[in-house]
Amino acid sequence: MKQLKRLLKASFRSILKNRMRSLLTSLGIIIGVSAVIVMVGVGEGSQKRIAQEISALGDNMIIVFPSFSQRGGVSRGAGSFNRFTMDDVEAIREEARLVRHVSAVVMSGGQIIANGNNWNTQIQGVDPDFKFIRIWKLASGDFFTERDNRSRKKVAVLGHTVAENLFGTMDPVGQKIRIRNTPFKVIGVLEKKGQDARGQDQDDIILAPSTTVLNRLKGDRFINMINASATSLEEIEKAQNEISQILRRQHKIEYGEDDDFFVANQTAITEMASETSRIMTMLLGAVAAVSLIVGGIGIMNIMLVSVTERTREIGIRMSVGARGSDILIQFLLEAVVLSLSGGIIGILLSAGIALILNTWTDIYAVLKPVIVIASFTFSGAVGVFFGFYPARKAARLNPIDALRYE
Amino acid sequence: MMMKPVIEIKDIRKTYHVGEIDVHALRGVDMKVGAGEFLAIMGASGSGKSTLMNLIGCLDEPTSGQYFLDGIDVSDLSKNAYADIRNQKIGFVFQGFNLLPRTTALENVELPLFYDRTHRIRDPGSAATEALERVGLADRMDHVPNQLSGGQQQRVAIARALVNRPSILLADEPTGNLDSRTSVEVMSVFQELNAQGITILIVTHEQDISRYTRRIVTMRDGHIMSDEAVKKRLDAKTVLDTIKDENG
Repeated sequence: MKQLKRLLKASFRSILKNRMRSLLTSLGIIIGVSAVIVMVGVGEGSQKRIAQEISALGDNMIIVFPSFSQRGGVSRGAGSFNRFTMDDVEAIREEARLVRHVSAVVMSGGQIIANGNNWNTQIQGVDPDFKFIRIWKLASGDFFTERDNRSRKKVAVLGHTVAENLFGTMDPVGQKIRIRNTPFKVIGVLEKKGQDARGQDQDDIILAPSTTVLNRLKGDRFINMINASATSLEEIEKAQNEISQILRRQHKIEYGEDDDFFVANQTAITEMASETSRIMTMLLGAVAAVSLIVGGIGIMNIMLVSVTERTREIGIRMSVGARGSDILIQFLLEAVVLSLSGGIIGILLSAGIALILNTWTDIYAVLKPVIVIASFTFSGAVGVFFGFYPARKAARLNPIDALRYE
Repeated sequence: MMMKPVIEIKDIRKTYHVGEIDVHALRGVDMKVGAGEFLAIMGASGSGKSTLMNLIGCLDEPTSGQYFLDGIDVSDLSKNAYADIRNQKIGFVFQGFNLLPRTTALENVELPLFYDRTHRIRDPGSAATEALERVGLADRMDHVPNQLSGGQQQRVAIARALVNRPSILLADEPTGNLDSRTSVEVMSVFQELNAQGITILIVTHEQDISRYTRRIVTMRDGHIMSDEAVKKRLDAKTVLDTIKDENG
C-alpha cells in the first residue's frame, strides 16, 4: 500500500516533468472520453425527446394504415391496395367497445389565401374526436362539431404557425380563407405544440371536417388513415384486435388471408422510433470509442519514447535492486495515470459541452452515469492495454546494457 | 588481515557470444576478498576487469564456476533473486555517477530503500540523511544533480551505495570523470569508509588511484596476472594537504 503510494507519487512526478508532452498524450484520451459521453448523451437525449413527443401525440393512440394485401405470401399487387372509406370508420365507431374515439384522417394540401397573404400548408380532414385523440387544445374559437362534419361545412381550424403567417397578431376566428380557391370560414385556432421529434413544425397545419376535405377538396372517397384511442392503456391490445376484426369483415377478408391494413399503437411506434435512435446512439458511441483507442495508441507511442529516453534511469533503478516487476509497475502506472487523468478531464469537458448544448442549442444531451463510469473505466483499460507493451519492454532491459546506454 | 571471505570466486568463466564469435572475457578466475578489505582491480581495457565487476555485482551471471557472496552460492539464481542481492548486499558507484536527474540528493540516496522488500531499515529518510552525512554532504540534501559539482555528485552516489548497509561497495572507475584533485577527495571518502570497516572493491586503470587501496589485483586477457598488497600506500588526507600547500 505504502509502496503503491510512492509509486503513484513517482509516476505523477515524471508526468509533471513533461507537462506539455503529457497533456498532448492525454489529449487523445480526453477527446475520446468526452466524445463517447457527449455522443451517447446526445443520442440518449434525442431518444428521450422522441419518447416524450410520441406520448404527447395522444392518449392510448391507435393508428391504422392501409397496406398491401397478400395471399399465401404472394403480393396481389397495386390493384389489391385496399384503402379505407368512411364506412370503415363508422363501423369502428359503432361496434368497437374498447375504442373511445375514432377519426378518419384525410390528407390534402395547397395554397391558402387570406388577409392579402398566402401560405402553403398541409390540410388534414378529420372528425371532431380527433382533438381528443391527438390532445389538441384551442387557443381561441371552437373545434368543428359532428353536425359540421355531416353537412360538409366549409369551416377550418388553423394551426398556430398558419394563423401567424396569414393573420399576424390579428385573431383569425370569423375570418375567411381560401383553400385552393374554396372559401372556408375560420372557427378556431389551435394551441401551439412546437416541433415534433423529427424537427417538423406541428403547428403548420389546417384541420377541417373529414367529409369536407374528402368531397370538396379532394373529390375522393378514400381516407388515408384512421386514428383511434383505446378506453385505457391496458385495453389497447384488445382494442387493436377489435379494430382488426371489424376491418377484416368490412374488407371481406376470409379466414387464413392476411390483413390489408396495419394496426399500430403508440407504444409500438415509440419502440420503433427509439430503436432507430438507439442504433444511432450505438453507432455514434462506437465511432467515439475508436477515437479512445487511437488515444491509447498515442499513449503507447509516448511510453515507448519515454522508455528509450529513460533507459539509463531504468538501469540505475535495476542496479540498486529494482526487480523487473517494479519497473513494469512503474511504467504501467504512468500510462494508467496518464489515461485516467485524461479520462477525468474528458468527463469534465463532456459535462461542459453538454451544459453548453442544453443551454444554447436545441440539441439535448443527457449524461448517463453508466456511460460516464464505463468510459472512465475504458480509458483506464486503454492505459493498461497500451501501456503494457512499453512497460514490459522496460522491465526486460538488461541492467548492464541499460546503464551503458547513452 | 584476511577474515571470513565476503567474496569467494572459484574458477569463474564468462563467454559472450558476439555473432558467430565467442569472446572469452574471463577464462577461469579464482579470488577471495575478506571483510574490511580495500582492493583495486586493474588492467587494460579488454582485460576482463569490468566483466568480473559485473559478476561480483550480480548484474550478470557467470557461464561457469562458482561465486559465494557472504558464504552463499549465488552462481545460478533467478533475475529477481539477483535484484534482491543487489539491493541487500551490494552498493554500486559508477564512473558517470548515474544519479536520477531532477531528483534531489536525498531522494537519490533513498532509492535503494524504495526497493527493499525486507524493510530492515525502518526509517528511510533518516537512513539516507545519515548516509549523506557520512560523505560530508549534509548541507546539500535538497540539491538536484545539476546543482552539484562532479565530486559532490560522486559523493551522493557513494551515499546511495552505502544506505542499504551492503556487504561490499563496488566502484567502477569512480574517478574516471573527475579531475585529479576531486579524485583524491573521493578516494579520501573511500579510505574513511574503509577505516570504518566497509569492504570496498574498485575497478580502475589509473595506477595513482590504486595506490590509495590496500591490495591490487591485476588482470590481463581474462586471467589474474598478479595479486599483491600495496607497498607504499598513499593517504588521501595527506595528499590533499600537500596540494593545498602547493597552491597556497
